[in-house]
Formats: sequence, C-alpha cells, structure tokens
Amino acid sequence: MSEINITIDGKKIKAKAGQIIVEAARENGVYIPTLCDYEGIKPAGTCRICTVKIGGRNMAACTTPVAEGMMIENDVPELNDFRKAIVEMLFVEGNHMCPVCEKSGNCELQALAYKYTMLAPRFPYLWPQRTVDASFPKILIDRNRCIQCLRCVRGVTTTDGKHIFGLVNRGGKAIISIDPELAKEMTEEMAEKAMELCPVGAILKKEVGYAVPIGMRKYDGKPIGSEYEK
Amino acid sequence: MGNLGTVVSQVVEKYNKDKTRLMDIVTDVQSELGYVSDEAVVQLAKALGVSKVDIDGVVTFYHFFSKTPVGKYSVYLNNSAVANIKGRSAVAKAFEEAAGCSFGRTTEDGVMGLFDTSCIGMNDQEPAAIINGVIFTDLTPEKAKELVADMKAGKEVSELVKNFGDGNNQSELIKSMVNNNIQKKGPVLFAPFETGSALKAAVAKTPDDVIEEVKLSNLRGRGGAGFPTGMKWDFCRQAEGAKHYVVCNADEGEPGTFKDRVVLTEIPEMLFEGMAVAGYAVGAEEGILYLRAEYLYLRKFLEKVLEDLRSKNVLGKNAGGKDGFNFDIRIQMGAGAYICGEESALIESAEGKRGEPRNRPPFPVQNGYLGYPTTVNNVETFCCVSRIMLEGGEWFKKMGTAQSSGTKLLSVSGDCKKPGIYEVEFGTTIQTLLEMVEGRTAKAVQVGGPSGTCVGKKDYGKRICYDDLGTGGSMIIVGPDRDLLEVVHNFMEFFVEESCGWCVPCRAGNQLLLDKLEKVMAGKATKQDLKELEEWSNIIKATSRCGLGQTSPNPIVTTLKNFPEMYQAKIQKDVDYVSEFDLKAAVQESCKAAGRIPNIKEH
Repeated sequence: MSEINITIDGKKIKAKAGQIIVEAARENGVYIPTLCDYEGIKPAGTCRICTVKIGGRNMAACTTPVAEGMMIENDVPELNDFRKAIVEMLFVEGNHMCPVCEKSGNCELQALAYKYTMLAPRFPYLWPQRTVDASFPKILIDRNRCIQCLRCVRGVTTTDGKHIFGLVNRGGKAIISIDPELAKEMTEEMAEKAMELCPVGAILKKEVGYAVPIGMRKYDGKPIGSEYEK
Repeated sequence: MGNLGTVVSQVVEKYNKDKTRLMDIVTDVQSELGYVSDEAVVQLAKALGVSKVDIDGVVTFYHFFSKTPVGKYSVYLNNSAVANIKGRSAVAKAFEEAAGCSFGRTTEDGVMGLFDTSCIGMNDQEPAAIINGVIFTDLTPEKAKELVADMKAGKEVSELVKNFGDGNNQSELIKSMVNNNIQKKGPVLFAPFETGSALKAAVAKTPDDVIEEVKLSNLRGRGGAGFPTGMKWDFCRQAEGAKHYVVCNADEGEPGTFKDRVVLTEIPEMLFEGMAVAGYAVGAEEGILYLRAEYLYLRKFLEKVLEDLRSKNVLGKNAGGKDGFNFDIRIQMGAGAYICGEESALIESAEGKRGEPRNRPPFPVQNGYLGYPTTVNNVETFCCVSRIMLEGGEWFKKMGTAQSSGTKLLSVSGDCKKPGIYEVEFGTTIQTLLEMVEGRTAKAVQVGGPSGTCVGKKDYGKRICYDDLGTGGSMIIVGPDRDLLEVVHNFMEFFVEESCGWCVPCRAGNQLLLDKLEKVMAGKATKQDLKELEEWSNIIKATSRCGLGQTSPNPIVTTLKNFPEMYQAKIQKDVDYVSEFDLKAAVQESCKAAGRIPNIKEH
C-alpha cells in the first residue's frame, strides 16, 4: 500500500505514502506556492504561504504528509488572500527595494507579489533598522531583504555539519547571524549555494553582479509556479 | 567571579560535553560570570564542538540569558496587566529614581540592572519582581526605594526578604515572601494525600489498565488545550522507541496563571507521583520536570522532595515496590520564554535548543525528547492522575460537566477582594466565581489569560469548562473603572515580546495588530481600521504555525465582539480616513537645526 489517493480542489491525485503535500501536488501538475521550502532540505514551515485547508483546518502543505482520502483546498479565494497578505507582511516587515536589488527577476518574494497582484501592501510599513554585513570573504548579507525563511540555516553547513548561518534573538528582533570563523572556510561552491538558496537578495556572492541581465531572469518571462502547472 | 576559560571548561565538563544540556550550561556560565559574553560564546562553541551561531541562538532566545552585564543585582519587574492595575508604574518610577537608571539598563557602576519581564506567576500579589532569583511581592514605591538602598549597601538579596509567606513558603529550603493564597480547596487537588498511595494503587494494575482508568475518568489536559490524557498516554505507550519519556510542563507562562506555583509549593509529592504513574503507564524510566526560570526559588525545595521520594521508594529502582519498574525524575530549568509552554517548544528547550515549536506531525508522543516517544502533561494533570488512581475514574467523572470532568484550579487576580487559588468543579459559572472572589462589579473577565476570551456582563452566566469557556486557569478580573483597551494593549505587547519569530504571521502580524490598536487608542482610527483589525486577526489566527499565533489576536477579537462600544467610542465618525502623519513632529528636528519656527498652518 504505497499509493495514496487524495484530492486537491476536486482533482484526484495519486501520491506516495510519506510524501509531503507540496511535492505530491507538483508531481501531479498542481502548484501550491512555497517560499521557505526548498527541494532537498528539511522543510521548516516558516513562511506559511503554502497554507491549505484540509477538513476545514489550515495546514502548511510543505510540512504535512499526505494521508489516504485527504481532501485539500488550495486555489481558493480565501487562501489566496492569506498568501497575498503574507507576501505583503514580508514586504512591510523588511526594507525591499526591488529596482536596485541584484535578485530582481530571480527573487521568489517578488515573483509571488506579481503572482498575487500586490500593488500597495494593505499593511503600513514598519521601516525596521536592519544591517548589512560584508565582512565575510565570499558573501555579504543584507538583512533589509531577509525574510527569515531559514533556508541558509538549514541548507549550508560545513563538511563536519556545523551551521554557518543561524537565527539569533527572538520575535521581531530575530536576525540571521553568520559564524565569522566558519564563514572564512566557505568555498566558492558553498557561497554559490548560499546565494542560490536565498529566495531573496539577502545573501549575495561577492565579486559577481548582474551576470544575467534583467529581462532574461527566471521570473521575467513567466510567473512563478507556471513550470509545475499542467 | 572566575576566569572565563576555566569557568567554561569546568561547566562543560560538569555536563559531560553534552550539548543537549546547553540550557544548564549557559545558566551555570551566566551565574558564574554574571553574563555570557561574546568570548564566552566562542569558547562554549569550541568546547562543545558546535557553531558559534548555535550558542548565540540559544543565549539570545531566552529572556534571562544575557550577552551583556545585567548588574550585580538584576531586578526583573513584572509588567503584566494586573501588575499595572496594582500600581506598577509608581514602583517602576521609584526603582528608576533610586537606582539612577532607566528600565532596560544597568547602572554605570554595574551594581544594578533594571528590566521588564513578562508575567512571573505572582499576579495575586503584584507588583512583584525577581531580584537575582529571589521573589519580592506586594511592592510599593517605598519598598522599592528601600530595596535599592539595601542593594547599594551591598546586602545579600536573601537578607532583603523580611517576612515569609504562608505554608511551605516558610520552609528552610524556600524561605520566600510568596503567599499561596489558597482560597478554596476541592476534592481532587487539595484533599489529603498520602505519599506513595497513588503509585501503589497504579502498580497493582497493568499499565494498560492504568491507561483505561485515566480514559474512564475523561481527564483532559489542564494546561488549557484539553487533550484527553488517557489517549495521549495510549499513543505514547504504543509508539515504538528504545525509551519513553514523561515530561511535566511546569512552564506556566500565561499571564495571570500561578496555580502550578502553588501546587509545586504545597503538593509536589502528588505531582511527582502522578509522573511516576505516567512512567509506569507509558513504559518510561525517566521523567523531566521542566520548571520555568521564574520559579528557580523552588528548585532546592523540589530537589529535596525528590530525594525524599527516592528514600521512600516512590522513585528509583523498583519504584512503588513494583519489581522491574524503575523511574526517576530530574529538574530542567527554563530561562524565560512563554513559548516554551508549548509542548514541542518545551522539548526543544529541554534538548538545549531555542524554544521554537516543532512542525507536526510527528507529535511528541511519537517523536519527543531526544526523538523518543514522550508524553508532556501539565502539573495539575499529573496531580489529577494521582487522585484518579486512589478514587477511580468513575468517581472523578461524576464531577464537572459531560465534556469536562473533575475540578479545575483557577488562578484569580485583578480587581477582586480575594485573589488566589480556587479549586472549583467544572461547570461553575463566571457569576458564581465573581461572587466567590468578591469581584461582583467586574466589567470584564479575561478567561484563560490573554490567549483566552474576554467576556463582559452578558456572558457571566457562561460556564467554565472546555465546551463553554475553556481556561488553563488564568482568570483576570477587570473592575468597572479600568480602561479595558489598556489591558488589551498590554496583552498584545506581551505577544509581540514572546513570539518566537519563526513564522511570518505571528512575527510580523502581531506587531501590525499592536500598531493598529495604538492607532485606535490615539483616536486616529475610523470604521475601516476596526474592520482591518478583525480581518488581520483572522489571517494571523488561520496561518500561524503554533498556538501562540493562533490565539494571540484573541484579546482584540474577543473585545471587538464583546465590547464593541469601547471601540466605537474611540473612532472618528463620518470620515473615511485620518492621517497618522504628524507634520509638526516630523519637522521639529529640522526646524530646530535650522533655527526656524514651524508654520504648519500655511501648508
């Protein structure tokens, strides 16, 4: 019994036992938006954009495994408004200046804002004081753009498994911190991976910029998620 | 204070370089060195073989850990809503004036630090503060001044406690001025209890029969969520694992609750025995009491109680006289974080990590402490279990309502003549309670603390039980002359302070709600703002990861529903929009620099 039957917005889908909802959906041509999730690293459920409704309960589709007979609501007005609201919260919580950002066009937050047709956020800007730290040899971190998805924390470790990135403080004061000693040991590949993992422009690799011109970037031509949709 | 390198290596050795004991390690380093400096963090990371950010993450997560000096005397003054009601601001001012520094800082000579802190579990004797672990209750501006003078004179903090509270608070190992204020004793918690009797009754049955008895009683978790205890134990027992754990959640952090403090002071034997019963039922040999840092003053006493229970064979090898059943309990201190009352966050914390809730599934009963099946239950729940072992599930079920059997300990505080602990049967109405506590004139009752429900007069006929007004025990009475919006504001500030920051809606959303509430309070809101308060609350509740964010908008949601007139009185009528922008304030600084007098009217 490794095959499990579920439905998403009425569409019948066959999933593998133990599979996470987001993954099962994508394999079957259904896009559930994600932001903190990244294939191959342990899901964290920080952003909540993948919130779906199962039996009337709101669940994060990136951390919830499928179960036989699950009826999932995904692309419905209520949930899409939640998702838009979360994107808006992220925009007002940080200081995001898309036109001057290296990640523009490759940024998943920006792409989701387009997908959900965000014009002006419904929330007032919080204008936090955030820092930029470029004291590391291979990378720099611009915390103005950080959305604390924790992909860097989860995905970038030294060969002996130590965290290079970590979350410090609590609540609204929480920020991503970098171990300065371990950062010195980062290889080219690790720096590239860190930048690739970062869904926004918070972690950038030094000495490269705008290698791919605006207009030819990942989400310039087609909206985020369209690659999954059938 | 010792040399940093020596202290770090000694402390790390003491815990066998076990990084899952990081909470104890950091606690010990801080108590030896006064704070945990960046250098100490680097050394700890090296000694434990982990990244510096991992240590930093833990040190900066908890309120009572500090990376900067907190003073030879660190004063943590409770800032709960009830503390405010009872005159906190005058006390805070007296502390500041006498000490010569403001809250959030230490004096220049490093003698004293003044800090705010979330509810410390003394709501029935506020204003209250913790100074170097010692509790000071019923503070007045005069007492604050005296305390500062004594600290300046270099006296021992324990010497500053002049008189002791009631009951065991007077015992040699506690010697605290805290009062139990047990106002009403009931048949479950506060009836006489003979040490050893409950475990003896339990081990006479099979573990399965113990679970059946608990199921029969319909006992539900007393922390607030109300999950059926028997079912939780059953899941835990059935979960596969090389070991099983029993954890007692003694991290009561919901503002206004303090019942577990009284249980820990007066009937800890009953609690520990309940844990042993759980150990027998689920097949665990180890139990952990996760004790909130605010209750550090009870630790020595509790260690002695555990020692006595070992000598009486209630704990230890062949516990309760049952061959092959070995069970012991250790105390794990917290370090100041409301979120650790959430069971999976508590487990993370007990494992020496940031107290961030886990994603579920898997649930703690399947994958808990160190990955082993773990049952986490509330202090009061374990005590109920002990009584159920003696009197039976049928007896227990006869009390209360259909969905909520037994009695409930309530922590009553605020505007009433008789604050304290009440053991009442489930189903008691708010009105009956108000009469008991002599708070008949209340204009509002906050049932279940900030995360619960705020009800007004029209709902005083409602009953305290899971199927009507659920509560973990916190009952805050708000008198007729209070500004309820101030109370709501205090609660929202609390949630902003205590959000762990993991998920977006809770981290950013609560701040946005607080700002919006302040807009309302400043008289700058319109009908649209009230609508948005409701909509935003709904988004946060629906999308947050754990119980904190799923309930944090409740102070706003329930007062909007039950006290709409309070909000209506604050908003501007017949306008669609009021600018929040204060031009005069905005130009003040530049005008001052340019030597100009702002002429706002022209613009």
